[in-house]
Amino acid sequence: MTTDPATELSFEEALKRLEEIVRALETGERSLDESINLYEEGQRLKSLCEARLADARQRIELIQQNAAGEPVATRPLDAQ
Amino acid sequence: MSENTPEYSVSEIAGAVKRTVEAAFGQVRVRGELSQFRRQTSGHWYGRLKDERAVLELAMWKGVAAGLSFRPEDGMEVIATGRLTTYPGGSRYQLIIDRLEPAGVGALLAQIEARRLKLQAEGLFDPARKKPLPWLPGVIGVVTSPTGAVIRDILHRLGDRFPRHVLVWPVAVQGEASAGQVAAAIAGFNAIAPGGPIARPDLIIVARGGGSIEDLAAFNEEIVVRAAAASRIPLISAVGHETDTTLIDYAADWRAPTPTAAAERAVPVRAELAANLAMLHGRLDAAIVRGWKLRRERGLALARRLPQPRNLIGLAGQRVDDLSERLPTALSARLARVDLRVTNAAGRLRPALLQARLDRSVERLAGSAARLAPALARPLNSDAQKLARTGAALRPFLIEQRLASAAGRLEQAGRMLDTLGPRQVLARGYAIVTGPDGHVIASATAAAAQARLTIRFGDGETPVYTSPPAKPVQGSLF
Repeated sequence: MTTDPATELSFEEALKRLEEIVRALETGERSLDESINLYEEGQRLKSLCEARLADARQRIELIQQNAAGEPVATRPLDAQ
Repeated sequence: MSENTPEYSVSEIAGAVKRTVEAAFGQVRVRGELSQFRRQTSGHWYGRLKDERAVLELAMWKGVAAGLSFRPEDGMEVIATGRLTTYPGGSRYQLIIDRLEPAGVGALLAQIEARRLKLQAEGLFDPARKKPLPWLPGVIGVVTSPTGAVIRDILHRLGDRFPRHVLVWPVAVQGEASAGQVAAAIAGFNAIAPGGPIARPDLIIVARGGGSIEDLAAFNEEIVVRAAAASRIPLISAVGHETDTTLIDYAADWRAPTPTAAAERAVPVRAELAANLAMLHGRLDAAIVRGWKLRRERGLALARRLPQPRNLIGLAGQRVDDLSERLPTALSARLARVDLRVTNAAGRLRPALLQARLDRSVERLAGSAARLAPALARPLNSDAQKLARTGAALRPFLIEQRLASAAGRLEQAGRMLDTLGPRQVLARGYAIVTGPDGHVIASATAAAAQARLTIRFGDGETPVYTSPPAKPVQGSLF
């Protein structure tokens, strides 16, 4: 699978899909092939969510305006 | 009237009145209804304060106006604090305002309520206008003062929950300039193009700490409410404390009771998400493993129900053992039975019986032989007579006649053959020309192509060699 539609999903969508997959597997009503495919999809979704969670950096910037009040730049803000 | 009464010039009397008025009313508080209160281009405000029976002229210099916590509107009940003075050039007296405040919270609330009803009638607060908040915004725009507890609280709470990229648009959150700046900031965030040098927020938080209704006045301003309603980026309002409600709250997509609550609504808790994800991952693994186990058990259960090969062989082996054990017994039993029958038969076998049957057969044979010769002779005689008759009927001359006729025809055919055959023809002077390969050459063209020919005459063959015609000599052209 070269193009993974999961990369297009938002964290929320990915998590929701993962929940569906887990529930589907827990009922144990899927065929073996289907179960394996679902499991692999679940693993991909989990990796995707983890990547999104890992991307959690606090960056705080202050908007700087020109004379017309338009935002032209930002500079780091230390509000501590 | 006495001529002794001192005489004033107009200026003198105006000055005297001015001094008297200012001395007597240097600091007064006057309650009344605003009327024709307007800001001039100079920045100063002029108007009137009135009640049922009287009117008082008002003047408010722009420095005082800048500190106002509310927007003065005609018809509003206010308390003006200041000093009375006169305007000698117009024979007028007026109140120079040092401080202007609504006549109690009720007056201000009534003003806000009237504005709310007006904007509501325009549909600015319709639930259908509310946009869903992003579940996990990547960039959050915060419109607030860049200093103070509010921004610190928001940033701390965001950092605790899910660190994000935050853009702070600095504004005054109080005073005359506040409303315009807040409105411009909301519009400014919306004007940022996606993919530009400055990140476009996925969510806007408009925040201010708690304060009096006058302190929060900017967030009741129409210009701010309209900017919030027009925002295409989802917007959370977080102005004042939980009990404070400003008009921007009605236009916002979500109203947070406090700035901290806004941060909580803005992002989920990363640690909880991680825990939830880990839990789901665990369930995923457990489910697949349980699936395997279930299938394995099912397989084993089926396998148990299959007869064991060992048992199958064992049973067969047992039968073989059983049969092989019974085999000698069965054989000897059968032998015994056969033996018994032989013995019985032998007992009944007596030579006399055999002799009697033999005698009877001999008798029948003799009888048959006696009848045999006459029976044979009869058909033989009959055949001999038939043969004699047929022989007499045969006549050999018929065949001889046909033979003579056939010999005559054969001789005639032989003569015909000689006449037509090539030998006779050759004897009459014709010859046959053949090529080296023995094929007949039947034309001059074919003969010219051969260097050697054979001519066959009636009495034999002779070879001939054809010589090519002499080539004409080619004369030189030069």
